[in-house]
Amino acid sequence: MLDWISKLGSFIAGSTEGAGYGLGLLVHTFLQAGALFRRHHLEATLRQMFICGVQSIPVTLVVSVFTGAILALNGGLSLEQIGQEGLIGRIVAVSMTREMGPFMTALILAASVGSGMAAEVGTMKVSEEIDALEVMAIEPAKFLVLPRLLAMAFMTPMLTIYTSFVGILGGAITSSFQYGISLARFKTDAVLHLTAKDMYTGVLKAFIFGIVIATVSCSQGLRASGGAIGVGQATRKSVVISYLLIIILGYYVTFLFYRIRW
Amino acid sequence: MVREVVVELKGVMKSFGSQEVLRGLDLQVVKRETLVILGRSGSGKSVTIRHIVGLEEPDEGTVLVLGKDLSHIRKEEHKEIRLKMGYLFQSGALLNWLSIEENVELPLLEHRRNMSSSERRNLVREKLRLVEMEPAGKKYPAEISGGMKKRAALARAIVLDPQIILYDEPTSGLDPVIANTINELILHTAETLGTTQVVVTHDMESAYKIADRIAMLYKGKIIAEGTPDEIKRSGDPIVRQFITGSTKGPITSDD
Repeated sequence: MLDWISKLGSFIAGSTEGAGYGLGLLVHTFLQAGALFRRHHLEATLRQMFICGVQSIPVTLVVSVFTGAILALNGGLSLEQIGQEGLIGRIVAVSMTREMGPFMTALILAASVGSGMAAEVGTMKVSEEIDALEVMAIEPAKFLVLPRLLAMAFMTPMLTIYTSFVGILGGAITSSFQYGISLARFKTDAVLHLTAKDMYTGVLKAFIFGIVIATVSCSQGLRASGGAIGVGQATRKSVVISYLLIIILGYYVTFLFYRIRW
Repeated sequence: MVREVVVELKGVMKSFGSQEVLRGLDLQVVKRETLVILGRSGSGKSVTIRHIVGLEEPDEGTVLVLGKDLSHIRKEEHKEIRLKMGYLFQSGALLNWLSIEENVELPLLEHRRNMSSSERRNLVREKLRLVEMEPAGKKYPAEISGGMKKRAALARAIVLDPQIILYDEPTSGLDPVIANTINELILHTAETLGTTQVVVTHDMESAYKIADRIAMLYKGKIIAEGTPDEIKRSGDPIVRQFITGSTKGPITSDD
């Protein structure tokens, strides 16, 4: 029993310490934002944007097309029973824009780009490269975290706009083939019911998710220790923590915007 | 001539978990000397120089560098002190996504903002020439050997013309010829730049060749200090066993 309580205690202490470190790193990194005015930091940020954004286009394309298709297929199955297949457009468009677009994009980025960041920064940590930066009086937060954080904060919303659009397109094609709903009718229904609020909520979520993924991944990498095993653990933890935070924060953003009367 | 102490460790204690690494270490480094810290693997040699550069903080005791107590200075002051120090890591610790030239240029980009790009390039070439690495400047760390990595890392460590250079096992893992090249580079750097150098190693040949003074670290304390000749003639059984590499004596494999 005591052993169990002790383990729970160390888990809570470890998680709190990790959260504190992550938040501290986030604030500290934002305070270094002035570095962007220097050419080599700007170039590093653009390089990270390419990795986060452009290189993620193929995988997000496939995932979002099928996400939209699944939404249309499942939505249609229920709506068909009550003769309301015509409503598929609004369901797919609103779900993709408000929830599934940012959610799927964030999950893909956490698993691909975020894990890569944690592994890269973790390897640098265990091979003394982070120490080398500190010895050269170069802030790892400015040199490593800032480009990654800004790239994710900017590219996750960009990719979300793209995945939402492609997902809606996937849903439209599926509706057309499976339920005989014309593309024009799908479009009219979707456009009529999609509000600006749905769009900015989705983009805001994506922005928050991007910051979460970069902060979690970099902080896990910077805290890695113990060689290859430590890097593996940091990578795994970065994905797990990012997923949990994406889901939890996603719920609260929706709650904040749609359930609370301002 | 007045001996100017540039680095001083007083009663430094450091533990990692339950493992006591430094147990009241006292050490002084004099300006322009090359001090070699000898000791067995895992004896705390690297931890000692990590204290000097501020990568570790002592649990107890003080670390004074260029007259400043590292535990009681502001971040900006610490940065200034770090810029006066170079550190050669055991693995080189070059950034893998940058070429050798870019690695050497990095401290200049960060800390010599008024320098033009042509001035930067010339200085990088000059430092790479000093370590005989100029032809490999465009290569990436993954494309060069361990010895070349250390030479490139040395070029990076000296690019800001530091007053103090710390070397962590500079010859470990290198064949005797390359190890000797590194020894000569350390001597050459001291001579041309007039730096103070602290080298940690367990390579006796290297120690005798480069040291003005040798300090032997054992069980978290300095147990002997002297010139290479004095160390060679030492009657201390621990020092004798270490320098001869004998398996018989007070040092056991459990230490």
